[in-house]
Amino acid sequence: MFGLKADWSLDVQDRYFTIEDYEGAKPRWCTGCGDHGVLTAVHKVCREAQLPPEKIVSVSGIGCSSRLPHYMSTYGFHGLHGRALPFASGVKARRPDLDVWVSTGDGDCFSIGGCHWVHALRYNMNLTVLVFDNAVYGLTKKQSSPTSPQGLKTNTHPTGAFLPPLNPLTVTLGVSNVSFVAQVVDWNPLLVYETIKKAHAHRGTSFVRIIQRCPVFVEDVHKEMQNDPSQILLLKHENGIPTNEAVERIYPNQVVHDPSDWNGAMAIARDTGKVPCGLLYHNPDAPVYDDWSNVGLGMSDEDKLVGINKALDSFSI
Amino acid sequence: MTKQATAQKSNVAEISAGKPKRIDEHIIEVVSDSGEGAQKCGQTFGIVSGKMGNGVWTVEIIPAEIQPPARSKEGASGVRIRLGHKYITNMGDDADLVVAFNEQVLYNRIENGAFREGTVVLLENKWADDPQPQIREDYAKAVADFKERGLVIHELPLEKECLKIVKNARKGKNMFVLGMLCRIYSRDAQRALDEIAKTFARKGEKVIKPNHELFKAGYQYAADNLDYHYEVPPEQEGVQKPTVVTNGNTAIGLGVLASGMDLLAMYPITPATSVSHYLADTFHLTGGYMHQAEDEIAAAAYAVGSSFSGKTAVTVTSGPGMALKTEVLGLAVMCEIPLVVVNVQRGGPSTGLPTKVEQGDLLSALYSMTGDAPKIIMAPATISECFHFVVTARKLAEAFRTPVIILTDANLATGVQPYDRPEPQAEWLAAPIDQSEWDKNVPAYDWDEETGLSPRPIPGQPGGEYVLTGLAHTKRSKVAYDSMSNQTGCNMRSRKMAAVAATLQRPEIYGDKEGDMLVVTWGSTMGAVQEAVDRMRADGHKVSNVHLRFLHPFEKDLKEIFSKFKHVMTVELNYSDEPDMPLINDATRRYAQLANILRAQLVMDIDCWSIVQGAPLQPGVICKAVLGRLEKLN
Repeated sequence: MFGLKADWSLDVQDRYFTIEDYEGAKPRWCTGCGDHGVLTAVHKVCREAQLPPEKIVSVSGIGCSSRLPHYMSTYGFHGLHGRALPFASGVKARRPDLDVWVSTGDGDCFSIGGCHWVHALRYNMNLTVLVFDNAVYGLTKKQSSPTSPQGLKTNTHPTGAFLPPLNPLTVTLGVSNVSFVAQVVDWNPLLVYETIKKAHAHRGTSFVRIIQRCPVFVEDVHKEMQNDPSQILLLKHENGIPTNEAVERIYPNQVVHDPSDWNGAMAIARDTGKVPCGLLYHNPDAPVYDDWSNVGLGMSDEDKLVGINKALDSFSI
Repeated sequence: MTKQATAQKSNVAEISAGKPKRIDEHIIEVVSDSGEGAQKCGQTFGIVSGKMGNGVWTVEIIPAEIQPPARSKEGASGVRIRLGHKYITNMGDDADLVVAFNEQVLYNRIENGAFREGTVVLLENKWADDPQPQIREDYAKAVADFKERGLVIHELPLEKECLKIVKNARKGKNMFVLGMLCRIYSRDAQRALDEIAKTFARKGEKVIKPNHELFKAGYQYAADNLDYHYEVPPEQEGVQKPTVVTNGNTAIGLGVLASGMDLLAMYPITPATSVSHYLADTFHLTGGYMHQAEDEIAAAAYAVGSSFSGKTAVTVTSGPGMALKTEVLGLAVMCEIPLVVVNVQRGGPSTGLPTKVEQGDLLSALYSMTGDAPKIIMAPATISECFHFVVTARKLAEAFRTPVIILTDANLATGVQPYDRPEPQAEWLAAPIDQSEWDKNVPAYDWDEETGLSPRPIPGQPGGEYVLTGLAHTKRSKVAYDSMSNQTGCNMRSRKMAAVAATLQRPEIYGDKEGDMLVVTWGSTMGAVQEAVDRMRADGHKVSNVHLRFLHPFEKDLKEIFSKFKHVMTVELNYSDEPDMPLINDATRRYAQLANILRAQLVMDIDCWSIVQGAPLQPGVICKAVLGRLEKLN
């Protein structure tokens, strides 16, 4: 809310930011792509939190989703395939004042960036990570991704993807020191907004898997789920993602799930019969790597020189 | 020649009744199984000698494994110390005197060509009475073989003597040997005792005392039982100006501190890792932070991310790590992110020779990135330069908005030498990041047409918001869809290198400005090559040396300097075909890496000589190679 921070302290700001202050170039995603809605939600969360655009860094890898920084008018880092997380960690390492966002995709995060995905979760730096999971490689034109459903016909598996898809939720939940795991579908704007808002407010690595439509290459992958909302399991809890009556009316299958319950989260994640939507796991007290990487910030030149001389003296003869 | 005559011919086997024999220099090795403290012994000997004002170069002899089998030749661990009257710049040729804790480890050094006929070996003799018959047999056989090879063997009861003082000789023999060496080379015993006390200060008097006793016993033993007694007077007595003693990796670490960098991101790799060990211990002194990343790629990306945010960063690695970092470094070039990258080169290709020296990564530093990716490449020649080049590299990276690669190698990494203590300056430190308002009209890459230079907006600066992208981009860092933007970006990044070149000086010529042969070198080989040049010049050969410290761009006037010599050749520690190898002719011959670039850049016929045997170059070997070339040419 304008002028008030999450902790209700009065924030004296001489600037008020509107959505336009966060909007960059006109998105070049395809018509009907789920990314558009996510971008809108990100703009809204930034506006809601009144984040100064110059303090935001939007980091991404390579792929359709990773074009997102170009559509923000903040600082951005459109880096390399799979490496968004280590770049973002580096940006944040010595700049606690920056608000760092990561946009990545199923190929970028779960495949080529798999190693960084696991370790970023464990580092638990203060990053908001949005994974746009459309179950296919879009920018390179329809190859199988780690989350492509078994049997999906793609240009790399014309007879259908061989293997069962990777389950990003169980993998993420399985990493030590994971602190925030949520899932949402791109076609419910309210849930998308509330989920990203909650993720951004968390101090630590907030991992949000956004199940996202690619109408150009795999229109059918999520169609059934879209048409039959009962395939979705809405997670409800006072500490979870806020819902409203409208949302609850759409999704008849609901369960009360306490996001501090890791075992419960894992059970929900493992059940592939239903697609959970909401906050699976949240541990606000997990150690945050920033607390180590920030050490020594702001040391004066004078003190540094004292330190260097001390270091040199220990080798003096 | 009888063995005795050989021994007398060597400058070692001088029998002296009381007065030590004056010598200019000696090369000493202490070789043992891993974990017997030979390195501590050698480093202490080096520091004591440095304090006395002598020239010293020490280098560790490192086995590939942490705990190699005992009494195995692959397990040879130890130290070589070159002690001189004057300043010493390299490890030298064959050893004059060796202390060996068992006979098997000597074979490793013999295979590495470390000894010659007449090298004196002081050998632990306890193996002669070992309870295992096999060991007794091996020992006897080896001793006979060593004598056959012309080594001057003295079998000494090191263990027995130590057991008079301590219960476990394995833990104290090194101090006994230190005592012996200090007596043999007339080292200042009090300084040695002080050093020992300093080494064990944390462990207290109960550890210092037996080590002092062992030292004194060794000293006395040598006085009573050995005829070797030398004097190596320093050119000037004592330390003349503030001096520090470190190896090259520690010097890199100190350079990182002195340059005021915020962050080191690394992944463990031999032989680079000790830089991070040092900084993990000390970075707090300057408020910096060392990040151990999940892999080499992440380490580079973390450093680049940090540098993008305005915080200066360095990443330190070795060959295989450089290969992995390549894509990230290409991005840093493309997006003009300042970054210091240290590559402590080891033998390649692939995993290659992890603990051994090579200068094999010059071409990959230059060319491994896709497309045209120019960046600054520097190579320190000495341990002192390892320190200063980091400070310079940080400034160049910022000033020219580019990655700077520093190529050191395993020889510099583990070599230990006294050098002038750097006097840190406030101006060496990275400036605090600019968070003032950025003029919105100035694009993120406001390239100066003449120099390719542009100021860089830092996140947090209002008005400077831009999206860095590895895609071809316009001045405003927008993805370029037109045909000229990529050309312009490449032009500008290349122009920066020309701008760097304009700031560089003409390299110094070591020796005469004209002659028959100019030997061109880079990196850690400088000391050995210049010593070889001295020897050849003393023998009347018209040989000079030019040592290059910038490999990209090059220093000034190379063509002019080179043209004053009848022949030009590089001497390097990387692969090249010898001209007389099978199938090799002008069309097929592959040149050493610096020679390759110089030939292309200067369009001159530049010859080369290089080897990849994993050992630092020795002056004697260089003389032979260069004279061999001269002979063929004349």
